[in-house]
Amino acid sequence: MSNSETGTHVSYLEHEGKYKGLLGWLLTTDHKKIGLLYLYCIIVFFFVAAILGILMRVELIAPGQTIMGAQTYNGMFTIHGIIMIFVIVIPALPAIFGNFFLPIMIGAKDVAFPKLNLFSFYLFLIGAIFGVLSQFIGGGAPDTGWTFYVPYSSQSSTNVIYALIAAFILGFSSILTGLNFIVTMHRMRAPGMGWFRMPLFPWSLYATAWIQVLATPIVGITLLMVIAERVLKIGFFDPALGGDPVLFQHLFWIYSHPAVYIMILPGMGIVTEIFPTFSQKPIFGYTAILFSSLAIAFVGYFVWGHHMYTAGISTGSRWFFSFLTFLVAVPSAIKVFNWVSTLYGGSIEMRPPLLYAISFIFLFMIGGFTGLTLGSVATDIQVHDTAFVVAHFHYIIFGGMGFAFFAGMHYWFPKIFGRMYNDKLAYIGWGFLFTGFNVLYFPQFIIGLQGMPRRYFDYLPQFQTGQVISTIGGFILFTGLIIMVGNLVYHAKRGAIAPANPWKGVTLEWQIPSPPSHENFDEIPEINHAPYFFGNTSENK
Amino acid sequence: MKNGDTHISSFTSHAIVLIVLLALTFLSVSVTGYQLGAFSVTIALAIASVKVATVILNFMHVKHESLFIKLMISGVFILYALVIIITFIDYQLR
Repeated sequence: MSNSETGTHVSYLEHEGKYKGLLGWLLTTDHKKIGLLYLYCIIVFFFVAAILGILMRVELIAPGQTIMGAQTYNGMFTIHGIIMIFVIVIPALPAIFGNFFLPIMIGAKDVAFPKLNLFSFYLFLIGAIFGVLSQFIGGGAPDTGWTFYVPYSSQSSTNVIYALIAAFILGFSSILTGLNFIVTMHRMRAPGMGWFRMPLFPWSLYATAWIQVLATPIVGITLLMVIAERVLKIGFFDPALGGDPVLFQHLFWIYSHPAVYIMILPGMGIVTEIFPTFSQKPIFGYTAILFSSLAIAFVGYFVWGHHMYTAGISTGSRWFFSFLTFLVAVPSAIKVFNWVSTLYGGSIEMRPPLLYAISFIFLFMIGGFTGLTLGSVATDIQVHDTAFVVAHFHYIIFGGMGFAFFAGMHYWFPKIFGRMYNDKLAYIGWGFLFTGFNVLYFPQFIIGLQGMPRRYFDYLPQFQTGQVISTIGGFILFTGLIIMVGNLVYHAKRGAIAPANPWKGVTLEWQIPSPPSHENFDEIPEINHAPYFFGNTSENK
Repeated sequence: MKNGDTHISSFTSHAIVLIVLLALTFLSVSVTGYQLGAFSVTIALAIASVKVATVILNFMHVKHESLFIKLMISGVFILYALVIIITFIDYQLR
């Protein structure tokens, strides 16, 4: 009989360690509380970046200057990008759900290095604050775009150095989190949990962690080189100093393309957990999904050049990178086929997590297919640096990672807070989000194909219809965000008490009370079956 | 160490590694005096790789680790090597 059944269960939220109150949270080494610290910070920074996004949409509602000048707009899209990419999209899923659920899903009491975990959080916080401050202090908001392309970034008089330092510090946090997860999965799996008995969300974190550890140092060094170029006038990238700007693009994208997989792989892992639970049958193609994660992580290393077709790279390189870009679509497609096959013939219960997970597939596939347009050299050159790229990118990152995050939030909310949210509000929020998202971003494909450049605060009158529709979509989307977050925040304290296993899930996190205890398990479980074991069905054999 | 065994390296082996590292540093500096064109970077990277391998094997005790760990670390080296080679091939093909 579990402690919760005997009434003696003390959840991690009630547990009092060495320090109490606020200090107990700020100095905690409990992986679950650290996950929540990330969650709260990321929500705050997300709304900051989302408001910047809405302000940009308002500016674009009509040609010419509407509410801000060109330089302010440049700062807006730069900080919007830096916060969204480096503070939210890259760290969010591993830092929040990875921290909270990885140890539980592998039957461990914590991550391998709890203090390092807390240190990673503070590095993250310092980096995030630096990023936001760069908008407001000194010489004005950085105006380089989140990609910091040289030679402009080594010459701009704005706060580029602050933004570079922010990205550098955030990278360190990411590396340490990745390292922690790799060691945790190698050393702390429960007895009987061989590699092929590990659930697929931890597997996706494993593939992600290797990218974090191996690719992030490259961008860290690259950003330091830009700082060195600005401060010490060492000619790495600026042609005026004898450097090569294309080298910067190589080094930047060697990290930043794999970073897209840091963003999306954990999202794929989350929906991979949701589909079996809400179909009440084992995941279809466990091994194929597992190896497709590793394949995406590996092949994703070698496709960075597709960001540089127009930068002056050689014809041979364009061919090489284009070929590999098409190749990386294969493991992504394998996942989609397996998710759909999992649903096929299942006992499907359409609840908010599944709704978000299915939306993820829909939006990710639109992003994926338009990615083929950008992966092909001939078509990419036509739409390079247009709103088409903005639409594609947001379909992958927001439609993919964002909706996977919402799916995960609705899936694991009862386990994290021990409360249920309001289903009706969740459906309404989803309706606004899904509608708003498509109304906002789909017109960008069209005006992009028509020639609307990205990062311009002004445009020709023929693009206005598309821009107005997009702005309306932006407000619908923002309304959906408020409904969804309001529903979750309100019910985190006041919702109905959640049972231990409201969705009839079979992975380890659903076998312990909601919310979990400080050490997760009274006794470390022994694993003697596959991770998605729904009884002795034919799929399990 | 394998199965929790510990290994204590001798001062002599540390000293030898230190001398090797200093010699390779001296070599790196010396090579910059020669005009080798595109090979300057190649040679500099090769020397740096040998130095890194020496440190990882000896100071980080990887030479006493299991084959699995050695393969994982080799994989990382190969990955970085491929990334650098692909980048420089682009320069050669332009």
